[in-house]
Amino acid sequence: MKDKLIVSSSPHLRAGRTTTGIMLDVIIALMPALVASIIYFGYRAAILIAVCVATCVVAEFVSRKIMKRENTLFDLSAVVTGILLAFNLPAGLNPIIAAIGSVVAIIVVKQMFGGLGQNFVNPALTARIVLLVSFPTPMTTWASPFYYWGGTDAMTTATVLGGGEVSLLDMFLGNQGGSLGETCALALIIGGIYLVIRKVISPLIPLCYMGTVALFTLIYSACTGGNIGVDILTQLLSGGLMLGAIFMATDYATTPINWRGKIVFAIGCGILTMVIRLFGSLPEGVSFAIILMNILTPLIEKATSPRPFGKERKAS
Amino acid sequence: MELTIPVNPFRTHGGVKAPHRKHTAQSPSVVMPPPQQVVIPMSMHIGAPCTPLVKVGAEVLVGQKIGEGKGFVSAPIHASVSGKVKAVGKVTLGTGQSVDAITIESDGQMTISPDVHPPEIHSKEDFLNAVKESGLVGLGGAGFPTHVKHASKDALDTLIINGAECEPYLTSDNREALEEGEHILDGIFAVMHWLGIQRTIIGIEGNKPQAIQHLKDLIAKDSRSNGKVGVLTLKARYPQGAEKVLIKAATDRVVPMGKLPSSVGCVVMNITSVGFLGRYLESGMPLISKRITVDGSAITNPQNVIAPIGSKISDLVAFCGGYKGEPKKILYGGPMMGNASFTDDSPILKQTNGILALNEKESRLPRSTACIHCGACLTVCPMNLMPSMFEKYTEFKKVDELRDIAVLNCIECGCCSYTCPAKRPLVQAIRIGKSMVRKADAEAKAKAEAKKEN
Repeated sequence: MKDKLIVSSSPHLRAGRTTTGIMLDVIIALMPALVASIIYFGYRAAILIAVCVATCVVAEFVSRKIMKRENTLFDLSAVVTGILLAFNLPAGLNPIIAAIGSVVAIIVVKQMFGGLGQNFVNPALTARIVLLVSFPTPMTTWASPFYYWGGTDAMTTATVLGGGEVSLLDMFLGNQGGSLGETCALALIIGGIYLVIRKVISPLIPLCYMGTVALFTLIYSACTGGNIGVDILTQLLSGGLMLGAIFMATDYATTPINWRGKIVFAIGCGILTMVIRLFGSLPEGVSFAIILMNILTPLIEKATSPRPFGKERKAS
Repeated sequence: MELTIPVNPFRTHGGVKAPHRKHTAQSPSVVMPPPQQVVIPMSMHIGAPCTPLVKVGAEVLVGQKIGEGKGFVSAPIHASVSGKVKAVGKVTLGTGQSVDAITIESDGQMTISPDVHPPEIHSKEDFLNAVKESGLVGLGGAGFPTHVKHASKDALDTLIINGAECEPYLTSDNREALEEGEHILDGIFAVMHWLGIQRTIIGIEGNKPQAIQHLKDLIAKDSRSNGKVGVLTLKARYPQGAEKVLIKAATDRVVPMGKLPSSVGCVVMNITSVGFLGRYLESGMPLISKRITVDGSAITNPQNVIAPIGSKISDLVAFCGGYKGEPKKILYGGPMMGNASFTDDSPILKQTNGILALNEKESRLPRSTACIHCGACLTVCPMNLMPSMFEKYTEFKKVDELRDIAVLNCIECGCCSYTCPAKRPLVQAIRIGKSMVRKADAEAKAKAEAKKEN
């Protein structure tokens, strides 16, 4: 007995939460939006999600193997990336393109920088941008919701930001054109509330992000004489804002680690999103806004690092 | 400054909801008969180690001084049993330190030394001297000699009694409050009187309602208290008992980095320390025994044991019915800050407040995965530091960066490692980082001095 005691550094007690548990919570939180995407966009949505998840998992496994590193599939982060990437694709996309995107997300963006926690930009969003630039037409050809009921599944529509007309209620419920997982605000909000209750994310980033968008729209709308209320709700419920604010801008690895940094990050995302949406040549700016702020994250972190307890404030 | 006793604790940063596991809270302390042999280390405090005053073969009596240190920052050591000195020399403690120790073979009589008599105190100097002679050190775990704390030249206005006992499992302070309330108050009034302190705040976590009520009742009955002593119910959130956190919760004062509590007018004493002081002033019996919570999944009958200092862990475990199954980890102290021992053939010290023996399942080391940058370690850090950055800088040996982000301010409470979902060994990395900074500082100092001489 005496020679077989374990000696290790304190603490000798650990909380139950694990990385895998957190990723599982994120997957659960994505489920309402996943179900909504299949309801609105039918079997094609299901196929795209399955292809993205499968490719991400295989890419992660193979790349770790080639690099002779520990297999990390158990942490489920590749599954999360797969679902999120699929959520950012239009329903009519060729699954092969989706698979290319998954390989880019996992191998180029995530594993080449060291794997989980080391990537400096969001893998799913970066992959989406790579696809958008590489395949501009298929990536912006939006399937109409419930196209599969109409018999002709080639039917396409314009997104709200691209000039389409959709009622606010339909936007809230997700009955609008757009990427798979971004259309149903209701499902995304349910997922977000779940993540906040489970303490996986703090509501700080989503609220500051959406708040900034609302404020920006209010000022813009007031200046241009629009219907302020409708304009704000349209901006909040259209495009990828909800998906981005709740699931992308809260990604741990690519956002500031402390709460003051999170606020700066979220406000920056909101401003950039609106600048691109209103003044840029692209209809939608959530992906670019978040990626740009991802890149600024180390600087934000440095500028907002917490003041140690007992350290005097710098005389200003 | 007007001094009032706060009703509610002030806000503190961070902390974790660690499980309480206070299984032994209701079990009255049991006095353990003297073991056959005790091993009394000569260094059970921060400061210069003591020099043995007795030789092999000498007969010693309970309470007889057997070790004394040079210099002010030291505390004398007394025999905890009566009997014959069997060995004087180096021993290796279960935590790995090699220290001088005196081994005494007990005669089982517990004959009290004629030196033991209540101290006569007529002045502050007498009081400080008595505190020093009692051998008292901070019994909460740090082992800082109490008389050094009391001799501070800063103006002190508040005595804080640390009865938070935020470590899981441990209940020895709780039992002290319940069983030795009168002596705790005696100790408090003595300290207040001789150091000229105007108020005392006894901080106890809300998960010990009996202790809180008991002390409140005693204070209400005591004519000496006069509104100057109060019990503050702390949030039951680890680490409320960390000194700087407790000072913030009790007084809203922030101890500056690298400074002592006296710099904000506070002196903090563990509740067991002050209870001992009360007893010592009455009886003159120095610190020779300690109440120890013996618990953990590998202990048959968990309970609080009052044991002579120097008793082996194995003696305490045998007294508690032996091991239940095979122990895989033995800890000095609680699971959050306690030190693992490689053997149970190691003595308990003055500052030991618990012995935990854990079974295989609870001893298993968690598998650590990559940091996911979630920030949980920052959120829980009571010192508002960045543990994940400490780990990275330590890995890359960035000493200046470590110093810049205040690695030396870390109190090693373990909240970051506890909460980390990736199970990173953060505290371990921080300890390495701290030693790197200290080493670099010492080298720089030596270099500067060498330059001066040239």
